[in-house]
Amino acid sequence: MERTWCKPLPAAELLIKGGRVVDPESGVDAVQDVLVKKGKIVEVGKDLKAGKNTRVVDAAGMLVLPGFVDLHAHFRTPGREDEEDLATASAAAAAGGYVAAFGMANTEPVMDNASLLKGMARQAEADALIPVGFFAAVTKGLEGQELTEMGELGAAGAVAFSDDGMPLPTAAITRRALQYVKVSKRFIAVHAQDASLFKGGQMHEGPASARLGLTGIPDLCESLDVSRTLDIAAYEDAELHVCHVSTEKSLEAIARAKEAGVRVTVEATPHHLTLTDECVASLDPNLKMNPPLRAESDRKALVEALRSGLVDCVATDHAPHASEEKDVPYEEAPFGCIGLETAFSVLHKELVESRDLDLGTLVTRMSAAPARIAGLDAPAIAAGVTADLCVVDPAAVWTVSPETLQSRSWNSPWLGQELTGKVRLTVATGRVAWDDLA
Amino acid sequence: MPKRDLISIEDLSRADVELLLDTAESFLPVLERDIKKVPTLRGRTIINLFWEASTRTSSSFDLAAKRLSADTLALKASGSAVEKGETLKDTAITLSAYSPDIIVMRHPSAGACQTLSANTEASVINAGDGKHQHPTQCLLDLFSMRQNLGRDLDGLKVFIIGDILHSRVARSDIMGFQMLGMEVTLVAPPTLMPRGIEEMGVKVEYDLANLKDADVIYLLRIQKERIKAGAAYLPSLREYSQLWGISQARLGPKQRVMHPGPINRGVEIASDIADDDENLIAHQVFSGLAVRMAILYRTIVGYSDGAASGEVL
Ligand SMILES: [Zn+2]
Ligand SMILES: [Zn+2]
Repeated sequence: MERTWCKPLPAAELLIKGGRVVDPESGVDAVQDVLVKKGKIVEVGKDLKAGKNTRVVDAAGMLVLPGFVDLHAHFRTPGREDEEDLATASAAAAAGGYVAAFGMANTEPVMDNASLLKGMARQAEADALIPVGFFAAVTKGLEGQELTEMGELGAAGAVAFSDDGMPLPTAAITRRALQYVKVSKRFIAVHAQDASLFKGGQMHEGPASARLGLTGIPDLCESLDVSRTLDIAAYEDAELHVCHVSTEKSLEAIARAKEAGVRVTVEATPHHLTLTDECVASLDPNLKMNPPLRAESDRKALVEALRSGLVDCVATDHAPHASEEKDVPYEEAPFGCIGLETAFSVLHKELVESRDLDLGTLVTRMSAAPARIAGLDAPAIAAGVTADLCVVDPAAVWTVSPETLQSRSWNSPWLGQELTGKVRLTVATGRVAWDDLA
Repeated sequence: MPKRDLISIEDLSRADVELLLDTAESFLPVLERDIKKVPTLRGRTIINLFWEASTRTSSSFDLAAKRLSADTLALKASGSAVEKGETLKDTAITLSAYSPDIIVMRHPSAGACQTLSANTEASVINAGDGKHQHPTQCLLDLFSMRQNLGRDLDGLKVFIIGDILHSRVARSDIMGFQMLGMEVTLVAPPTLMPRGIEEMGVKVEYDLANLKDADVIYLLRIQKERIKAGAAYLPSLREYSQLWGISQARLGPKQRVMHPGPINRGVEIASDIADDDENLIAHQVFSGLAVRMAILYRTIVGYSDGAASGEVL
């Protein structure tokens, strides 16, 4: 059943020559050529010959990877097209090596009915460069009171259900949602947060918040709700996805739940995997996100969990904000940062090159794992499958700026910084969606 | 003879149930006569005590008692001592002054029949207590099945579909249907399925994928209250009807539909089914009278064969 939509682009005819193909799904890590005809990978091997009308891409020194899948983005449409829309969000995703991305339901109006979902699917067919899909809300208007029509929304193609941006306010509504979601054969994705502990919070509670005089958001704020929600999912034998896990305490609860057989999957963001609360000392509003950047011990635990698979996948929580919203004092700024275009560069540089994580594991966590959670086929670099891949120059240095970003917003934690590693080509569902080689 | 209550279907043995159904059948000719009355319970007093509105059930009991020539007294919660704060125990003691033989009671709380029974000499017949039991509905359902589908209900497959969580009818029917050898499958949205109900020996399903296996489809009323904020059992009646509502298009030729009423057209049941006389819904209403006559009669004269129905008519 359809869960993603994009505009029809011409099918790619490509010979990607001499790149290092890294695809754990196919068990490949070797310099190979990849021949794409009519959007399909027809051959992977040495010294492949291009036919006429086939573009040859010199990938020497580059990585050829299965395309990435983002389970957690905010497309900001409908409602805040001044910040992002499907054209710019999908362009940003393509520029980050993504071949599919899913938008959360906290739009204006809220994605809580099937007619809106169907309308956005039509919009995606007109605007989206890569396949995009949508979460639908758990509760009408994200108000935490009444369930949405999950049966109809699932049939219309909602990938899953989430009130992301808001926690589910009570154990009772969480329970109802976890019961009722079974009619759609989907899962509930939770933004875990104890509202009473979150109130007024500005950053992670710890030495940095003490020094900066900012109201803290304790790690408990997340882990209490994670634990409670896991308990309910276990009780109802329901499928749960934990969004943007950020604390070691939450990971401990998740480890226990997974051990006990609870059907839970987990994502972590590039920023939580690479930055800490100490960074907030700059009081850069682009470092204000929810959940907040945590302690170094939390970050280390997250990296280890990503390595071990306790954290199943990377998700960006790409959250565009207009510059006027972020061009304010830290304490007045809204939460959220963009992430689609920087995810691989940052994780490759900070985790792979530092040898905390091997490249194959990172690729799995960004590609096959999130694809399976979303109910998509895992992208692979193998003969016979539709081309969903990206070509990355791991040594290229580039500066994050409004000019280099495809997103309509530039509230990146790395704004103005030089990053190493750049996606040069993205082929999504057999079409060239990003081309930085020409 | 010690008094005999009918609070739960579990108060009856299979033989009791079959005797009640036979007795009800023997009353059918009475209901066809010009003068639809027998003197059987002349001089007996039957009180209808309804703490919840239910025109259908209270009038059915009232008429059943009158057909048997009993003296009847109907008490409703509104305007009575109940509203002045009298407890159920006090009410029971007060009613003892009338020396009733039977008190038929509907009450919003499970356990009310036990409280009443402990404080009265009268036999108590449960006309619905909370979400617990509604044994007379079950008996009339069985009667309708037997009259329409044949006397042997053994092995019949019944799907009970709807708000099982809040349904006293479902709880009585599960027990009664199983007692007569039927296989019961429950279908409900996961939010309206009581946890652990499979321990009653039923199959539990959340969709209609296996509906074709059903001989009888028993629908339960879906109440709007289930959608309200704070309840959040269902997103909408529209989605309920799409996923669990029964229309002719979902039925095979031999499948028969039942419903305890009152029906919600367009929610759990489509009009094409509600209006189709092949189904048993109208017959269930008809059965109510004969079955309740049988229950009142057996409660007073006893469940033994010695008091065979024929000789008393
Ligand atoms: Zn969130
Ligand atoms: Zn988010």
